[in-house]
Amino acid sequence: MNSPLPESTTLQDYSGTDGLGTPGATVALVGPPNCGKSTLFNRLTGLRQKTANFPGVTVERHHGTVRLSSGKELEILDLPGTYSLNPRSEDERITDDLLRGKMPQVCVPDAVLLVLDSTNLGRHLVLAAPMLALEKPILVVLNMADELRRRGGDVDVEALSERLGTPVVLVSAAKGEGLEGISQFLESTFRAPEPVGLPVLQSPPSCRQWAGQVAAESAYRPPVAPVWTRRLDSVFLHPWLGPGVFFLVVVGVFQTIFYAAIPFMDGVEGLVTWSGGWIQANLPDSAVKELVVEGIWGGVGSVLVFLPQILLLFLFIGILEDSGYLARAAVIADRTMAKVGLQGKSFIPLLSAYACAVPAIMATRTIENKRDRLATILIAPFMTCAARLPVYILVIAAFIPSGPLLGPFLGIRAAALLGMYLLGFVAALVTALILKSTVLKSDRTPFVMELPPYRWPTFKSLGLRLLDRSKIFLRRAGTVILGVAVVLWILAHLPMENGQAPEIGESLAGTLGRTIEPVIEPLGFNWKIGVGLVTSLAAREVIVGTLGTLHGIDGDEASLGLQEALRQDLTLGGAVALLVFFAFAMQCMSTVAMVRRETGGWTIPILQFSYMGVLAYVGAYLANQLVTWLV
Amino acid sequence: MRSGGWFGRRGGAGRRRRRRRRGAKNATLTLADLQEGESGVVESLELPEDIALRLMELGFIPGTTVVAGRAGPGGDPRVYRVDGSEIALRRETTQHLLLRFLE
Repeated sequence: MNSPLPESTTLQDYSGTDGLGTPGATVALVGPPNCGKSTLFNRLTGLRQKTANFPGVTVERHHGTVRLSSGKELEILDLPGTYSLNPRSEDERITDDLLRGKMPQVCVPDAVLLVLDSTNLGRHLVLAAPMLALEKPILVVLNMADELRRRGGDVDVEALSERLGTPVVLVSAAKGEGLEGISQFLESTFRAPEPVGLPVLQSPPSCRQWAGQVAAESAYRPPVAPVWTRRLDSVFLHPWLGPGVFFLVVVGVFQTIFYAAIPFMDGVEGLVTWSGGWIQANLPDSAVKELVVEGIWGGVGSVLVFLPQILLLFLFIGILEDSGYLARAAVIADRTMAKVGLQGKSFIPLLSAYACAVPAIMATRTIENKRDRLATILIAPFMTCAARLPVYILVIAAFIPSGPLLGPFLGIRAAALLGMYLLGFVAALVTALILKSTVLKSDRTPFVMELPPYRWPTFKSLGLRLLDRSKIFLRRAGTVILGVAVVLWILAHLPMENGQAPEIGESLAGTLGRTIEPVIEPLGFNWKIGVGLVTSLAAREVIVGTLGTLHGIDGDEASLGLQEALRQDLTLGGAVALLVFFAFAMQCMSTVAMVRRETGGWTIPILQFSYMGVLAYVGAYLANQLVTWLV
Repeated sequence: MRSGGWFGRRGGAGRRRRRRRRGAKNATLTLADLQEGESGVVESLELPEDIALRLMELGFIPGTTVVAGRAGPGGDPRVYRVDGSEIALRRETTQHLLLRFLE
């Protein structure tokens, strides 16, 4: 069977025009993985950066503007990490094509900032050879200067610059040292590097020998081994302590998400209630006021409450990733992943999928093997993404009593939430097992994983990451969720009779729900849940807003909280069925669109949507029957 | 799904395999034979070209010293210190990296 991923699927991802089509100069940031490239990118662009995460809008691509003291503005493009210009993974192909101007509609970068880790210059300088061969203006940025000095290393920047025929600066992006050297380069008129002797680019030994010579001629003294990394690894990669820590980290993250977020959530909820009350009191009575209070505040407000929880999850994933622990986790998880035919590298996209499947599917580009990559794309939406959290939390809080399960360490509700995470994980593993033993069978891809030294995550990059996520969440709340809330409110008020809105059950929304009720009744859902299932096809968390709107309109239940209202609508069996349905179903248009983009066609997303839909229906049916029979 | 230990089984098989290789006459020494803390010099990479090139980019160039470090559960994958960085590789890869033994 031919690989279903065509060669050029992702090239279009970099072909957006905003920023790149403008006449101002474009500078590309290039470097191997773990060289601190993203930290430098954050330093240079600060808040003037964009990550477009949603297909259709723009694409996942980090680019930003740097404003120099002279007032000159430049566009900076952060390219994926690459060890060489011999493209073997999707990420490397993008970098290679872009630098060589083989990407349609994208300006070839006018200059390159080559970011290298100064603590391992011998090996990292290898990338300088193919970069110099491009004959583009290039500044070699030796990053991690603080770490180099602290561990007793040194390098003669002038000599290195002489030897490479192009300017070199020593900086610490994390500490913000030496950045004026970069500004100077960006201010200057770009000049191609002076020709210097280069090795045979296709031969790694030749390149490595050249890099070693260059480093030696630049008086490079490599730093001593990082002591703390060794010490930490003796715990984190200990034969039995390691898996123990791994398990504790995972449980700890979920426990914190559930409990530490509560005061923040109460705060947001208080704000929503207060502002809703203010509008209620201060607007003249009209249909518009009803729409605003019931439709918008009820719908959007009930989703906004979950922002603190989603940010906490992204904060944890950010800390784990930036500190270097995630790479160790991949080593620990590799054996388990191998059981289902995947590899440790799939673990990182899958862990990101706990936040959101959209960036996770982008992150699969680092998997060189196309079949492994496709398998990872197919199972990623099973992982419990942040959009499922509002649904899970609402249902769990409504139906599961609060109380300790394992003393102070694990409450019943946290355990239930953890159970939902496990359910998605198991569904993903079983699906992977089926795929990898049938249609996507392949030779085992070699698992090759570089472990960076442990580093303190910087507040700046964590902060920027959270800001980015908040913007995406709020944008979605302001567009998709708002739109659905308004349309739903209108459907719930039509057809008007004698200027009066109909009973909610008689309205268009009610009719829609009642039409599909026979299909979902075996799952223990009534028509209101049915309306929620339909609206949540756009995005999972929309169901919470929908239920908020529907209950806000229904006079009998308006006085009850959403949890209380849900207890009227669902039996325990139906509640468990709803949880199972959301664990399995692919109710996310963004993910469907991203899979289409990354696989280059509609076949895969349609198959995936159908498979997950059938699984959700059957799973929910069985869950309802089982719980009803048990209780 | 197979029954039996999730981690235990494979570890046992790995140990058996290693003993067999060490006991064999004229056996070639590979990276997979190194225990934690042991080191060796890369002799050659008996792997498909693209994989061999990727490993060489990461520092596994013939003539380079590799030190075995810690490992995941059951001893696989293992972390190797090579050319100033730490790379984790699976046994299925390391048993095709031939070594000259140092210590």
